[in-house]
Amino acid sequence: MPNITQSTLKLTRDEAVHLLHQMWLVRFFDEKVDEFFARGLIHGTTHLCVGQEATAVGACAVLRPMDKITSTHRGHGHCIAKGADPKRMMAELFGRETGYCKGKGGSMHIADLEKGNLGANGIVGGGIPLATGAALTSKMKQLGYVVLCFFGDGAANEGSFHEGLNLASIWKLPVVFFCENNQYGMSGSVKEMFNIENIADRAKAYGIPGAVIDGNDIVQVMDTVETAVQRARDGHGPTLIEAKTYRWKGHSKSDARKYRTREEEQAWRARDPIARFRALLLEEGLLDVGTMDEIEREAAREIEDAVAYAESSPMPALESILDDVYA
Amino acid sequence: MAVMREITYQEAIREAMSQMMRESDDVFVMGEDIGVYGGAFGVTRGMIEEFGSERIRNTPISESAIAGCAVGAALTGMRPILELQFSDFITIATDQIVNQAAKLRYMFGGKAKVPMVVRTPGGSGTGAAAQHSQSLEAWMAHIPGLKVVQPSTAYDAKGLLKAAVDDDNPVIFYEHKLLYRTKCHVPESLYSIPLGQADVKREGKDVTVVATSIMVHKALEAARLLEQDGIDVEVVDPRTLVPLDEETLVQSVKKTGRLVVVYEAVKRGGFGAEIVSVIAESEAFDYLDAPIVRLGGLPVPIPYNPELEKHAVPQVPDIVEAVKRTLAYS
Repeated sequence: MPNITQSTLKLTRDEAVHLLHQMWLVRFFDEKVDEFFARGLIHGTTHLCVGQEATAVGACAVLRPMDKITSTHRGHGHCIAKGADPKRMMAELFGRETGYCKGKGGSMHIADLEKGNLGANGIVGGGIPLATGAALTSKMKQLGYVVLCFFGDGAANEGSFHEGLNLASIWKLPVVFFCENNQYGMSGSVKEMFNIENIADRAKAYGIPGAVIDGNDIVQVMDTVETAVQRARDGHGPTLIEAKTYRWKGHSKSDARKYRTREEEQAWRARDPIARFRALLLEEGLLDVGTMDEIEREAAREIEDAVAYAESSPMPALESILDDVYA
Repeated sequence: MAVMREITYQEAIREAMSQMMRESDDVFVMGEDIGVYGGAFGVTRGMIEEFGSERIRNTPISESAIAGCAVGAALTGMRPILELQFSDFITIATDQIVNQAAKLRYMFGGKAKVPMVVRTPGGSGTGAAAQHSQSLEAWMAHIPGLKVVQPSTAYDAKGLLKAAVDDDNPVIFYEHKLLYRTKCHVPESLYSIPLGQADVKREGKDVTVVATSIMVHKALEAARLLEQDGIDVEVVDPRTLVPLDEETLVQSVKKTGRLVVVYEAVKRGGFGAEIVSVIAESEAFDYLDAPIVRLGGLPVPIPYNPELEKHAVPQVPDIVEAVKRTLAYS
């Protein structure tokens, strides 16, 4: 892959602990959700980001609390990384009153406005125009925040991608377009759906910088996003970042993954973003194995707590169906 | 005593926007060609000179992005007014309006607010043919989460636009191209007409005609003609489809016992069917002395030829005939 810069580690120990903890939270959350779907304990559908932890955690790690994100249907990782409480997320998936959306949104619609998460989105590419609008508010009110817009490779073939990137570019809006290219839009391979090697090459068409990075390398994700965020905050407009990664699980719960080989999956699993980050931290002498194992166990306990919270939370009352209805 | 001025529908909308923008920095307008051009129908003419290009935002021809941009801006504290050049183009902006703007508040458990207004001209009569002449308001009225307004006069347009911008939820504000030049008394100061209040445009005792948008004027013209035959027509303008002032409609029908519903949109599946259903399901049903008559557009794409174009939507003689038909029933 071209244009990839070498990772440069400049983390403190505390930052390393935080990042590793977040990555495990994201992984355990989605693995738990996967298990519950398999056991029929959660209904509806869900989209898991196991294997993509470095993009969500790395990108959000360089944002300030006032910065905002727009997320996607595969959004649990973004949500956790922007500071959401896994308890209320899990409660939402269980359809409980204590969930982020009072049980009315489910997996695809969790929003955490207080933490600057403007919501997951069930419409592919739906969040791109929203991100431009949130960035316009920042610019018009001089609020200084930046909007990080997550979307997938599939969204890059939506009209909203073209319209939104152009709009953000001509108005120099403080937004970073972050494409998680996980190689497949449902069953559609990027090899089949694009006639270009890199989605970020499209940045040229909008007169903005583009960067192609290894999305399984959290340090590289942080470095690249940090540069783009700074550029946006300084009033120079958007950047298009394409992070190459892979979703280990199927598109959604009912996916037999016939469109790809088990060998390909194994090759990507060998590039596990968490294992790579652990190896790096060990190599750099920032954290020892025992500490890292404890971080992992702690994250697993938090997800168990989230499950317990969700299971013990009340169901919404039927009368609540008309709450928040205005038209 | 201030003298009541007469200004046009177009001027009333511009005046409302300008006054609200002077009151609040959160209100701004975005849309295609709304800057120095003044908008396709001249509604924003002169506004960029007063407010500048930051607040009168000329956009690219990107209906999806600008609709979504308005949603995102509204979600984060602005009160955008989006001018969608022709209401037919709502087809291109529909994802952002239907799947995003309308859904966010409820879907996010009540936390989100989306205070945005989409101002857009609908209707036929300009010779612009099938892709620039539709009346698609029933689509929007069908969606939980959207308020839908159809002002028929300059006075209503100003007051309803104020209420729409003040509303914390998305409002689709359908203007009518043929009404832009119509005039009536409009107070200079800013005032609000609550959404969900119908207006009896003409009181009468024999027949209720419920009409929307430009059909209000055709119904009033029909009423004047029918008056010469001694027929006393009541014309009720719902003004807002969502929320709908069912009470005023029901009371009028209870009084007259006869109902004609007239709207420009294609009759099949149009909002007039909803109005008929409201009456049929209400206590007014027992007061009906004749079957309800519903007048709407023919099921055709609006044709270009001016005579065919007129023929596609209800006209004054159609309303006169419909009223007489309902009165002839015994």
